[in-house]
Amino acid sequence: MSLEYLILLKAELQICLLIFFLLLLKITRTIPNEKLLPLIQLLLLANFVGGFFYNQSGDLFDGMFVSNTLIHLQKHILNLAVYFISLLFSGWFRRCLHLTEFFVLMLSALLGMYFLLSSGNLLIFYLSLELATIPIAAMANFELTRKRSAEAAMKLISSAAFSSGILLFGISLIYGTTGSIRFPEIPLLLDGSALQVMAFVFLVTAFAFKLSIVPFHLWTADVYEGSPAAVTAFLSVVSKGVIAFAFLTILYKVFQPFNGIWYPILLLLSILTIVAGNLFALRQQNMKRFLAFSSIAQVGFILVAMMGKSPESITAITYFVLIYVFSNLAAFGVMEIVAQHTGNENRNALKGLYKTNPLLSWVLALAMFSLAGIPPTAGFFGKLFLITAGASTASYGFIIFVALNLVVSLYYYLLVVKNIFMDDAIEPLEKIPIFGSAKLGLVLCAAGILLVGIFSWIYDYIAAQV
Amino acid sequence: MMTLQQMILLIPGIPLFAFLMLGLFSKKIPGNYAATAGTILMGVTTVLSCFVAFGYFTAFGKIDGIYQPMIPFLYHWLPLTDLLEINMGILLDPISALMLFVVSFISLMVHIYSMAYMKDESRIAVYYAFLSLFTFAMLGLVMASNIFQLYIFWELVGLSSFLLIGFYYQKPAAVRAAKKAFIVTRFADLGMLIGILIISYEGKSLDFISLIDHFTNSPQQISGTFLGIASLQWALALIFIGGAGKSALFPLHIWLPDAMEGPTPVSALIHAATMVVAGVFLIARLFPVYAIAAPVLLEGIGYVGALTALFAAIIACTQTDIKRILAYSTMSQIGYMILALGVAGYGAESGLGFTASLFHLFTHALFKALLFLCAGAIIHYVHSNEMRDMGGLKKLMPITHLCFLIGCLAIAGIPPFAGFFSKEEMLFAAYQHNRIIYFVSLFTAGLTAFYMFRLYFSIFWNKPFQQHHSHHGEGGPAMMLPLIVLGIGSVSAGFIPFGKWVSSDGRPLISHFHLSFSILPVLLSLAGIAIAAFYFFKKKETVETTVNAMGGLFRVAKGKFYIDEIYQFVTKKIIFNFIAKPAAWIDKNLIDGLVNAMGNSTVSLSNHIKGIQSGKIQMYAGIFLIGVIGLAILAIYYWN
Repeated sequence: MSLEYLILLKAELQICLLIFFLLLLKITRTIPNEKLLPLIQLLLLANFVGGFFYNQSGDLFDGMFVSNTLIHLQKHILNLAVYFISLLFSGWFRRCLHLTEFFVLMLSALLGMYFLLSSGNLLIFYLSLELATIPIAAMANFELTRKRSAEAAMKLISSAAFSSGILLFGISLIYGTTGSIRFPEIPLLLDGSALQVMAFVFLVTAFAFKLSIVPFHLWTADVYEGSPAAVTAFLSVVSKGVIAFAFLTILYKVFQPFNGIWYPILLLLSILTIVAGNLFALRQQNMKRFLAFSSIAQVGFILVAMMGKSPESITAITYFVLIYVFSNLAAFGVMEIVAQHTGNENRNALKGLYKTNPLLSWVLALAMFSLAGIPPTAGFFGKLFLITAGASTASYGFIIFVALNLVVSLYYYLLVVKNIFMDDAIEPLEKIPIFGSAKLGLVLCAAGILLVGIFSWIYDYIAAQV
Repeated sequence: MMTLQQMILLIPGIPLFAFLMLGLFSKKIPGNYAATAGTILMGVTTVLSCFVAFGYFTAFGKIDGIYQPMIPFLYHWLPLTDLLEINMGILLDPISALMLFVVSFISLMVHIYSMAYMKDESRIAVYYAFLSLFTFAMLGLVMASNIFQLYIFWELVGLSSFLLIGFYYQKPAAVRAAKKAFIVTRFADLGMLIGILIISYEGKSLDFISLIDHFTNSPQQISGTFLGIASLQWALALIFIGGAGKSALFPLHIWLPDAMEGPTPVSALIHAATMVVAGVFLIARLFPVYAIAAPVLLEGIGYVGALTALFAAIIACTQTDIKRILAYSTMSQIGYMILALGVAGYGAESGLGFTASLFHLFTHALFKALLFLCAGAIIHYVHSNEMRDMGGLKKLMPITHLCFLIGCLAIAGIPPFAGFFSKEEMLFAAYQHNRIIYFVSLFTAGLTAFYMFRLYFSIFWNKPFQQHHSHHGEGGPAMMLPLIVLGIGSVSAGFIPFGKWVSSDGRPLISHFHLSFSILPVLLSLAGIAIAAFYFFKKKETVETTVNAMGGLFRVAKGKFYIDEIYQFVTKKIIFNFIAKPAAWIDKNLIDGLVNAMGNSTVSLSNHIKGIQSGKIQMYAGIFLIGVIGLAILAIYYWN
């Protein structure tokens, strides 16, 4: 019995061990960042590798905690993303004043996300969502000397509190009308009363807030711009991925009886999100804001797949998040290296980058191609499966609209590529030094972008887990 | 010992590796190392290809005396539906085994030759990288197990051809030629892509073996028609258009003469021996479908081939640029291969044209590569492409002279050179099935001998060569070795019992030699040579005086029948004025206007939002609430 607990909770226990280890390290001795960072990277790699073994499916604590092959896979993708973040932002981490605390916070948020993925009732769901949010606000404030960083943290925590309030209201309405907070029981007890519909709307808005779906996205650009790049990357990749997975569970399992209502809601939200994300991304000069709005548009495409209501939708979204980890982290990684060196976060800092920094240029160009969905990069296959999944139920007019928006997004992604390869630098860039581990991260991301789409068994493997 | 699968994967794998290595490190590797490395890797590929091809023909290819198509490697790539999946596989059958040998062998010759020919070029590593890319693509094309994979490699071949034609990118003519070749072939490939989509829809598969099975066993099951013609016919015609673009068949031939702007060894490899026969290969690959399900279309294809053969031969008689003459003769010979396919049927004796066509593809690859490489050596020596700058090179370049003569005799179809046997088989097939095509090709055979020997005499005979570039001799051993090897091939390749190996249905086809039949074409060729000699030695006439004497017809032919001008007229005057200009107007005023309007409204919208974005979090909450209320209204609207 106790062994079963340990194995089912293995992913969470690994993270807890890491957190305790780091805390102990912090209070017992002072280690300079140059030595600490490789250790942390190694531990995160071990954490990722550990995810390959002893994965079992089952329930714990009277169904509060659920674990199955798909959830294992999703946690695995998150582990990979966190490992990449630790590699890519080596430059910033080395100068970070409280490195241990930063990783303790990040791992705490990750722990919350794991419980969120595994949650089997609304209470755990709510608690883990909070655990997944609050440490991120603290992380956003990590550039202690910058006002923008503090502002980002304030905005994140207060708007998150607002959305939590609404979520909690929704949860209490559910409990009030059905008398249950357990996921498997709720669909049987839903009778479509007005209170339940309102509760459903409140839950959807909470997710929409976390996923930066228009019009609940207003916090995104400010927080992304103000936070350190590592936090922005974590928010836009790991956090978005988790919430998308959790949203899928809630929609497909708990609110299945309401699919007549959530279909038009998703349709409206995806149109708004894709259009607003695209149009705003078009005019951004600041690369972080640009990636913020473009990631809003990407979430819009995830919503398209959600409308498919089929197992293929789950496969497509999981696959897309995996590819998004590679593409978006590569983009953030390169951008951060350039910004740290030049002190300029704007797109024109990239002009003429290719002349002196071919590695950075190629990785960023690959990332842009992948985000734009140009074959043969993985992003193309990701988008292809998302839209295919959505097309099974959506009207062709809508799918054509989505495809046209993909064309619009091409413009701003390729603008970056044009800046890198075709424009001349305002003042010549020298060769930017890159830390070995950051270089490793960039190469791994580039390899992922090139190979994930070509190796079709990856998609087949995900499809087999769903 | 490697297994067959490992060997066959290495065949395209090694050139791909060479491309990546040479391409990535082109600036770091010294030029001569890059050339040597590329050549050695190509040598390994050639050995493997020969091993696989001969192994297939002599050992493991046959079951009960019939050559079977086999798939030694298959990777399930994109399973789209239960029926339709895009795979990556390798198909080995007589055609692909033959092409495997031709492509890798000619490519090796060109690799060796280029070591000397390109040695002063600063971008030699890039050149070898492109050559390797081309070889990879072409090998992938001929071994593709399904039509979509073939299309991928088909485009890759087009890309590498574009890169190699434009290799001298400082020369505006080379850039223009590269663009022209790319655009014309891409235009044709569009047809091919549509054809592939239709045929895969009708055939419920992309796989060659199942497609051929499906259409040859139940040709009546075609569902759709368009303009009264069954969709399968459309598909096959469109696929043929793709092939016609790559193979420079009339009227899509206009890119090939201009493509001669590329380095001469490239012309030998791509625009003489391998890529331009891709169209022939494509028809041969789908031959059972064409022969059984669309015999009328196949006959039409035969007419296109005959027209191309004659048309190109006439133009070749009037040109003065040595490489352009060879380019037109290539067009003409490909026309022969196509016409031979057009007069063939499926199975047994009626498949003679099929065997003859591929036989000619094989021999033509040898002697045309030989002629081009000789031309390269001559250009290297004379520093000019123009016939009038040459003359009297017989003594100065003895090896090149002998090899060029062998090539000319082979292409003219004089026994016992290689071209004689393949041409005789094609003419016999045409004689049996279609007399019109037969007479056209007979006349073209005479013309071929005439223009080739006109070229030969004016390069090597007559006036002593004036500008003595005695600073270098005929060219080093790296240039002469491929010439000698190909020369030996051009003499002896005709004696290969080709029909035993390659036939339309896999059964050995014993071709008989028809002595009485072959007298007439040989006599015609000899007459062509005699006329060329007569013009050259007795009348001492140059091309210009001939043109003046022959009047209008000759001028039209010298102007290449003004096909380029017709295209110019259609594109510049008609398409530009009636399609491009209105489209540009719509683009500028409507679409740009719309986008600008969208952009402007975005700007003003974001200006409004700026106030909110500046940090008033209560505004965020307000908008959030409005969103919640909006969604609630929507939900209530859809409630029940």
